[in-house]
Amino acid sequence: MDKFEPLILGFACNWCTYAGADLAGVSRFQYPPNIRMIRVMCSGRVDPVFILKAFAIGADGVLVGGCHPGDCHYMEGNYKARRRIELTKRLLGQFGIEPERLRLEWISASEGARFAEVVTDFTKEIKELGPSPLKLQGNPERSKGSR
Amino acid sequence: MAAKEKIKLAFYWAATCGGCDVATLDIEEKILDVVNIADIVLWPVAMDFKYKDVEKMGPNSIDICLFNGAVRNSEHEEIAKMLREKSKVMIAFGSCACFGGIPGLANVANREQVFRVAYKDTPSTVNPELIIPMTECEVAGEKLTLPEFWDTVKTLEQTVDVDYYVPGCPPAVDRIDDAIGIIAKYAETGELPPKGTVVASDKSLCDECPRERAEERKLKWIYRPHEIKEVDPNKCLLDQNILCMGPATRGGCGARCLNVNMPCRGCMGPTAEIEDHGAAVLSMIASILGLEGEETLTDKEVAELANNIKDQLGTFYRFTLPASLLKRVIIKANRGK
Repeated sequence: MDKFEPLILGFACNWCTYAGADLAGVSRFQYPPNIRMIRVMCSGRVDPVFILKAFAIGADGVLVGGCHPGDCHYMEGNYKARRRIELTKRLLGQFGIEPERLRLEWISASEGARFAEVVTDFTKEIKELGPSPLKLQGNPERSKGSR
Repeated sequence: MAAKEKIKLAFYWAATCGGCDVATLDIEEKILDVVNIADIVLWPVAMDFKYKDVEKMGPNSIDICLFNGAVRNSEHEEIAKMLREKSKVMIAFGSCACFGGIPGLANVANREQVFRVAYKDTPSTVNPELIIPMTECEVAGEKLTLPEFWDTVKTLEQTVDVDYYVPGCPPAVDRIDDAIGIIAKYAETGELPPKGTVVASDKSLCDECPRERAEERKLKWIYRPHEIKEVDPNKCLLDQNILCMGPATRGGCGARCLNVNMPCRGCMGPTAEIEDHGAAVLSMIASILGLEGEETLTDKEVAELANNIKDQLGTFYRFTLPASLLKRVIIKANRGK
């Protein structure tokens, strides 16, 4: 069997986590290449639709990174993200997707090492969980229709 | 003087409760206007036309088809495809045809589970031989057939091309009037609105809701209407900590539920800009639930707030599960169809 390499989508807030990822890069910290990063202005910008769509088109895991509580550039975006992710995890569970496939982490601009650590750990966890059940399903009904 | 030729109308019901057909009669004496301008060629709930009568008609010989109900077995699909071929205009009538509706909630299960509950587990069922519907069986040397029941409920749009949508469970009388207006105009002038038109408001329900709203919305906790002693009939239900799907739901229903002190359950479906109704409601609720003192909430308290919504999938996707991004719940060893 081929070794399973998960596809992980990362949403990183512009002010903390993305800068943290940048720092991980310039500091030459090593982390698995499974994550694809998308920069958003705030973790509060991450609509649950983005997460559901990521899973619908084949992501095995979704990581959302924001500023530590109290540090949000927009005062309270990360608190909203926290509540949204909490609800979205439960919804994923009801859809039959392990809630652990969605993770929210606070990573500041100075935490390059922590960014590498989180991505390493999350990739390991997703590898253990295996491919997304949506992929295994290969349900033809799922790809049809937009409304 | 020769009478102007009448247009041809077809009504059909697939996976539905029949409420849409009843609602069509709620327009009262206006139904006579319909009969004045149109000949009905198929209406299983009210008239005795057979499928084979329609089969004999040529392509595009029906002007307008009003299709209510979701598509959940092979008969629904077959008739939907046949009516599409015979009709110039296909209208998804009611929430089930538009988004799957209440029958669409069966997408939390598959055929095997649905049959197990319906033909075995329900307390009123006595079925020791476990007889369940089969697509084919032989009785006294004769082969009998039934349509095939699917694992997944689909919307009409996922089955055939749809021209217009009339959402609502059932569509509000005023919206049915609008739909008949479209039909009447077509009969008179041959003109039709642009394809994809939704016969409802383009704004959210809050826009037409008569209730007063607080300046800033916040939910402290979520109650159901019966858990509150007295629901204020003039105040926004969200301001009274009752989960109302109005902000993420299309208007046009006339706020029927709100007028009788019940929260919106989302039967009109999402507004045009929303891709996934449930995700939009989730996002809306999450942004206001526990807003007050959000900086001091612990993770445990946030989890408690989230636990407050008992059945997220069933609440947020009550009418739109088959039309959602994920379309159905994943069940291991699901047969796919």
